[in-house]
Amino acid sequence: MKKESVIANQRPAAPESRSDSPSLAPRRVFLARGVQAAGALAAGGMASTASAQARATESIGAQLPSWMTTEGAPMRAYGQPSKFEEPVKRLVGQPFGKLTPGAGVSFTPLQSLNGTITPNGLHFERHHGGVPDIDPARHKLLIHGLVKKPLAFDVAALMRYPMVSRTYFIECSGNSFRNTLPQAQDVACGAIHGLLSCSEWTGLPLAVLLNEAGVDAGAKWLLAEGADAAGMSRSIPLSKALDDTLIALYQNGERLRPEQGYPMRLVLPGWEGNMSVKWLHRLKLTDGPTHTKDETSRYTDLMRDGKARQFTFEVGVKSVITQPSGGMTMQGPGLYELSGLAWSGAGRVAKVEVSADSGATWRDAMLQAPVLSKSMTRFRLPWNWNGAPAMLQSRATDEKGNVQESRSAWNALYSPGNRYHNTMIQTWAVSADGSVKNVYA
Amino acid sequence: MFTRKRTATGLTAAALLAACGTPLMGPQPLPQGLNLGRVVTADEIKAWDISISPSGAGLPPGSGSVKQGAAVYAAKCEACHGANGAGKPADALVGGQGTLASDNPVRTVGSYWPHATTLFDYVRRAMPTNAPKSLTDSEVYAVSAYILQLNGIIAQDAVMNAQTLPQVKMPNRDGFVDFSEKK
Repeated sequence: MKKESVIANQRPAAPESRSDSPSLAPRRVFLARGVQAAGALAAGGMASTASAQARATESIGAQLPSWMTTEGAPMRAYGQPSKFEEPVKRLVGQPFGKLTPGAGVSFTPLQSLNGTITPNGLHFERHHGGVPDIDPARHKLLIHGLVKKPLAFDVAALMRYPMVSRTYFIECSGNSFRNTLPQAQDVACGAIHGLLSCSEWTGLPLAVLLNEAGVDAGAKWLLAEGADAAGMSRSIPLSKALDDTLIALYQNGERLRPEQGYPMRLVLPGWEGNMSVKWLHRLKLTDGPTHTKDETSRYTDLMRDGKARQFTFEVGVKSVITQPSGGMTMQGPGLYELSGLAWSGAGRVAKVEVSADSGATWRDAMLQAPVLSKSMTRFRLPWNWNGAPAMLQSRATDEKGNVQESRSAWNALYSPGNRYHNTMIQTWAVSADGSVKNVYA
Repeated sequence: MFTRKRTATGLTAAALLAACGTPLMGPQPLPQGLNLGRVVTADEIKAWDISISPSGAGLPPGSGSVKQGAAVYAAKCEACHGANGAGKPADALVGGQGTLASDNPVRTVGSYWPHATTLFDYVRRAMPTNAPKSLTDSEVYAVSAYILQLNGIIAQDAVMNAQTLPQVKMPNRDGFVDFSEKK
């Protein structure tokens, strides 16, 4: 009982007074069951020990798995996941196949991860012309245009600047595009929502370098360009560049992976991922936007009236239940932890509500600390599944009061052909046989 | 970054520690403005500055006709974008005008792109995907002319260059609402 109270102090009970959804269990019940389960495990261990002692002539290793009786693998210079985790990998999409194998996406397997940080090898990818193999000794960052003093920085110079570390999500503008298609796709959570990842980025504020170059009064925007084959480029308002934009050199403690922009990339907290230009090599201060391909023909939001919204930079408030989710199977009625991710480009997540009845009733989930601005927030809520069909949804609210949109509200606004900036609520249907599936509701 | 020998400074941590009398700077952050950038010349910038704004600023010399563009397209583009820009396997470049408000909007250069300068900028930097940045400036003008003509935006005898391209009025020029100041 003492153990339970310690756990309860660390993880406050979910609010019970708001319970208008009987199937969503108070956290205290879940914890009590956990203690019972721990007791059962301990008893089993004792029985096994007694059995071994009865066969006193045998070595203690006789009944043990081989990894306890043989020397393990030696140290290695760079670690890899267990071979048993091999299925946990990115889903690669190449819309043009062998014609341009480097143009496409890979999705983070959100359904297989927990916590809030994405492992570097599983961070989603979106490349327009493949991953360049850049020699950092030959890479430069040029800052020019409407500046007093055009400057070039080599990588070694940037590595000397005072650095900061910030934890931010990056979400592709096209994330969740699958749920804008006419028919619900029966695929895993990551295949729908996995153009989303979260890392601790370390580097220097872009404002430091802009101040050194001296921004002219007439400069209002800047063009950021990558050193990839596509020369991916985007226009960024100067106000954002001077606010919280980083030039990132490290991701989760190590230098950027090539597919994340090695040797340097922009990180624009809370703004559509395409703007966090990878392989950054040029910044041109301008008096207006350049209207590049990826801010006109792409990443603009076509509306019902045929007009398109351009420069819709900030990512909307959004959430998704990752466990359970599409393609999983429940292990029979009983207690489960519902868990998922919430995020907002406007700041911190303030609340995540969960429904097991397609939005008829809602309960507040627990938000796992720390809840950081423009970062991923993990939410959790115990659920006592009674074995009946259920429709699981989550709905996030951010600190600015923005509430995640329903599917019908989103569809009423955007063209049926729009695939960008989809923030609509996800529904997972749990069938009586325990299967979990993506549905439109 | 002062412990790895390959850095520009050549300093090592040991050397810093050994430098008796070098003042440590206390818990406040390092002052900003290390000024480690190298001032670059206009000539250096010219080689890098390939972006073209809707005003046409940055467009290079050279020119190309629709007919010349058809030849460039057949050699460099058609395998992916199809005959006459019809698309498949890559994006359609032609058609779709009048469909944007329908349930099946078709977004092409002709129906959706607001600026002809974007076509030049993008083709020159990114196309063809198996040899980006390989076309001459006149080839890019020519193939831009061909795609614009296929969409009925310019005449069969039109020539695109730094003066004519920015003057092309794209059909969907007024189809965008600027949200850069909104949420």
